[in-house]
Formats: sequence, structure tokens, C-alpha cells
Amino acid sequence: MGKAIRDVYGDALVKFGKDNKNVVVLDADLSGSTKSAVFGKACPERFFNVGIAEANMTAMAGGLASVGKIPFVNTFASFLATIGLLSARALGSYSKLPIKMVGAYGGMSDAYDGPSHHALEDIAVMRSLPNFKVFVPCDATETEWVVKNAIEDASPMYLRLSRDVFPDIYSENDVFEEGKGKIVREGKDATVIACGLMVGHALKAAEELTKEGIEIRVVDMFCIKPLDKELVVRCAKETGAIISAEEHSIIGGLGGAVAEALCAAGAQVPMGFVGTNDTHGECGPYAKLQEKYGFDPAAVVRKVKETVAAK
Amino acid sequence: MNLPMEKKAQLQQLCKQFRIDVIETLHQRQTGHPGGSLSVCEILTTLYFTQMNVDPANPAKADRDRLVLCKGHAAPMLYRVLAEKGFFPVEEMKTLRCFESRLQGHPCSLETPGVDASTGPLGIGLSAALGMALGLKLDNSDARVYAILGDGEINEGTVWEACMSAVKFKADNLCAVLDWNGVQLDGTAEEIMPMGDIRAKFEAFGWHCIECDGHDVDALYSAFEEAKTVKGLPTIVLAHTIKGKGVSFMEGKNGWHGKAIDDESYAKAMEELGGAK
Repeated sequence: MGKAIRDVYGDALVKFGKDNKNVVVLDADLSGSTKSAVFGKACPERFFNVGIAEANMTAMAGGLASVGKIPFVNTFASFLATIGLLSARALGSYSKLPIKMVGAYGGMSDAYDGPSHHALEDIAVMRSLPNFKVFVPCDATETEWVVKNAIEDASPMYLRLSRDVFPDIYSENDVFEEGKGKIVREGKDATVIACGLMVGHALKAAEELTKEGIEIRVVDMFCIKPLDKELVVRCAKETGAIISAEEHSIIGGLGGAVAEALCAAGAQVPMGFVGTNDTHGECGPYAKLQEKYGFDPAAVVRKVKETVAAK
Repeated sequence: MNLPMEKKAQLQQLCKQFRIDVIETLHQRQTGHPGGSLSVCEILTTLYFTQMNVDPANPAKADRDRLVLCKGHAAPMLYRVLAEKGFFPVEEMKTLRCFESRLQGHPCSLETPGVDASTGPLGIGLSAALGMALGLKLDNSDARVYAILGDGEINEGTVWEACMSAVKFKADNLCAVLDWNGVQLDGTAEEIMPMGDIRAKFEAFGWHCIECDGHDVDALYSAFEEAKTVKGLPTIVLAHTIKGKGVSFMEGKNGWHGKAIDDESYAKAMEELGGAK
């Protein structure tokens, strides 16, 4: 059984940030939801709740970073990649300051709050910023590593998290490396390159596909930027078909990054994109939303079959 | 508290030279912002030559004072002042806005020695300065942070978000300065977006306010000295200035916000500034 990613995040901030005096944490009146409040309780002198003022929060983080701090900026992904974008660009990206933008409630994980609170464009937006690195972890262990890595690596970063419980994929002995995707299942007929929620879904889809004689490789591409281009090309060559899977629009996110890598290397193979299809969502049960908007395990199964048939 | 006579004369002489040099550069380059550069001249000069603890030999010194030119379009005057301090050669002013120059159109902290924050997009500089101030406090540093705002810039809502936060977090090492010249790009501040009683607004947010003549180096000096004595609150120096100060036909004219200086206007400006060759 997995853990709610937001809870893992709050605990990881304390675990890795408590004894590092340069770690500071900011929130915009959502700390109870993002779980940054856990750090606020442990280290109140290094926690800044700025009220409902996301633009100010992100620019403050730029100032904190410029005097040697490692600021974690917290709010919902939908607000961070919009209101926070100006400072992320001017102070993080352009000035290469180590602002850590943490988008809580990625995708449709804040299901019942509806489209205003869903984030389906954030990966595309944040990965377009020069110097920014982008991470989308798929389980508790990986989320912990992503937080630890954000403290150790002095780059501006976007960490895209979730409100929801993700099943455990890794054990504590697994190691992670920036820019290196992880093969979590082997298969010869196609490769599903997934991130976040979709890694677990791809593994479920793999079980279904096995019954129909299709064996898929599943790659956890938790580091979307810098992308593991070498692995992407290798998967294309070895399995002959690529399917990207993300809880995000199919425009400009992981799928876009993978397609860019394939084309740039001249390694085009049949490719399918799993994600939302240029649309906003609605409110409702998370599972229903995944089904209707095309990012549940069944959607992966459909897209794999379609893509394999095109080989 | 007044400046010693000798220091005052030195600052006035520097300001005279800086105005001449900035107009010279802007005429040469045929791009850049004259109006706001001329209005902020005494503010920057007084800060860098009487207040700020900075070391051109060690621009990244951890305990230095910081200055955020929130109104980044006044970069030419900032660059001229930094050059005089010794951060880079005065001759480098010639490369302003040139291809592959360190002197970008708006300040860039990565490229230019002495520039503490990249600015240009208006509205985020005060927040960035506040972040610096709070970070320095966490390190128990005595360093101060100055943030120079334009009065058009305070149309931006983020400025007021920063005002709330600076009071909540007791940023008494933060001193903002309003370059209150009453003119923005499209017209006068009154025409474009009347801000009402600006002093009352800052006071209502809980800031310590000091009002002064922003072209009087004595008045600015005493304002900055007073700001250092204020504890538990951020201070803003509301500096009354004139956009285009020193060049009669540019004064108070929004048309000179960012206009290239033609040869005739250049000759007239140089004559008025005492820089005619």
C-alpha cells in the first residue's frame, strides 16, 4: 500500500531540511494542504506563510535564493505554473537562482475542486524555462529522493507532486539519478514511458496486455528535464513503439519531450500519447475523471494496442 | 543629520557627471530610457556613496548591502554609478545594450558585477528584496537591502503583497525608495492610474514613511540615516523627483520615458547639463 504523496513530501522536507540551515519553506495559505506546514511546525523560523500572494511568494524565494538560501515554494500546481511563472522565469531561470517550485495537487488529483484547481499544462510550461529541471515522482520513495536532490542540487527546479496515494514502486534500496529514467518492467513489444501516477497505471496495463500476448517495457521517466534521451532512443530501437503516459495534456509535456528526443535522433517509431486531449476537466471522483479524460490503465491498454498495430 | 559640506559637493559633482555620461551613452546607442534614469540619479548616488557596504574587488561578498533596482529600465544610471564605484570600467558604458555586452538593457545579476538582482518585469523587485532581507536576517547579518521602486510600478498588485509581507515579517533591514516622479510611459501617473494618497497607503500597510526631495542629496542622506534607526518595521523613503531631471525639455514628459535622443535634443541637453564639448 502506498502513501499520499503530499504527506511524504511534508515529512521529507523535515527529514532533509531540518538540519540544513539554508532550507527555507514558503507557502501561500495552503500549507495544511501542501503539507509544508509540517516543516513550519518543525522549523518555524525558516517557514514563511505569505498569505494568498503567490506572485510575492515566488519573487521572495528569488531573493532568499540570491543570499544563499534554498527556498521551497509551495502552492497548488495550477497556481504555481501560472501566477508564479514571472518570477520563476526572471529570477529562477534567467538568474539561475535555486528556486524550488513545488506544485502540489498535480494533474486532476484535486478532483472535486474541479478544473480551476487541476493542473494539466504545468509540465509543459515549466520545462520550457531555460535552466529549470523538472521532476515528477511516481511513489513515496522517489518523492523523498526528489526532495533530497532538490536540496543538494543548486538548480532552479519544478517538482510536480500529487494530492493522492500512489502505489509503492520502489524500495528504500533503489537508487535514483538525475537524467536517468528507470526501467520498472521489461517487455519487447513496445515501451510505455510514464511519469507520476501513470507509472503505476502502466504496470497495471502491462498485466492486461500480457493476457493478450503483448509485453510492454515500462519506463519511469521521473526526471523530465534533463530527459534521458539515450534511454528513449534505446527503447525505440529495442521495442519498436513508444507510448508516453502522463497526467497532463498531451501537448508539450512528457510526450512532447519524448517525441522531440526521438525526432532529433532520427529514431522515429510509431508513437502514442496518453494524457488529456487539449481539454479542461470537471469535478468528480478521481477514478471517474481518469477514465473519462483518458489517463487510466485502460487508456494505456488502448493506446498500446493502437500503437503496436501501427508497427 | 546633514552631510559634511565636502561630501555634499562631491555627490553633487558626481550627479552632474553621471547625467552627462548617461545622456551621452543613450545618444550614442539610440536606445534606452532617459527619463527614469535622470530622476533616480541622486537616489542611487547617495546610496552607493554614503550608505552601501559593497566591495568592487569582491562583488559577491556575503555580508554586503544589496540594492534591487525594481524599476530596471533605469539601468543606465545604475551602470554609471556602479562603474564609478569600480565594478567595471566607465568606458564599458559604451557597450550598453550592445550585442554580447555585459550591460544588458535591463539589469542582469548573472552578467554584471555589482548588480544584485535581475529586474525589468515590474512588480517583483520589492518581493525579491524582501526575500534577501529575510535571508540575511536568518544569517544574523547586519546587511541592509534597498529597493528602488518607480511610482508607475506601484500599479502592480505584487508590490502591495510585498508590503503586507514585509510588515508581517518585521523586515527592518529593508528600505524601499519610491522614485516619485509622477510620470509613467503612457502619461502622467494621475492620467494613467491615480494612486490616491500614496503615503497614506504605505502607512496603512504599516510602513515607516519618510518623505523628501529626491534630488537633494542632504535630504536623501538624512532619510537613509533615519531609516537605519527604525526597528521592527520596513521603511520607505518617498522621494519626490522629476522625470528627466536636469534636461528642461525632458522634465515631466512621458514622451522621454524610453525615446532615442536625436542629435538636436542631445546638443541642447548637453548644453543644459554643462557637458557641451
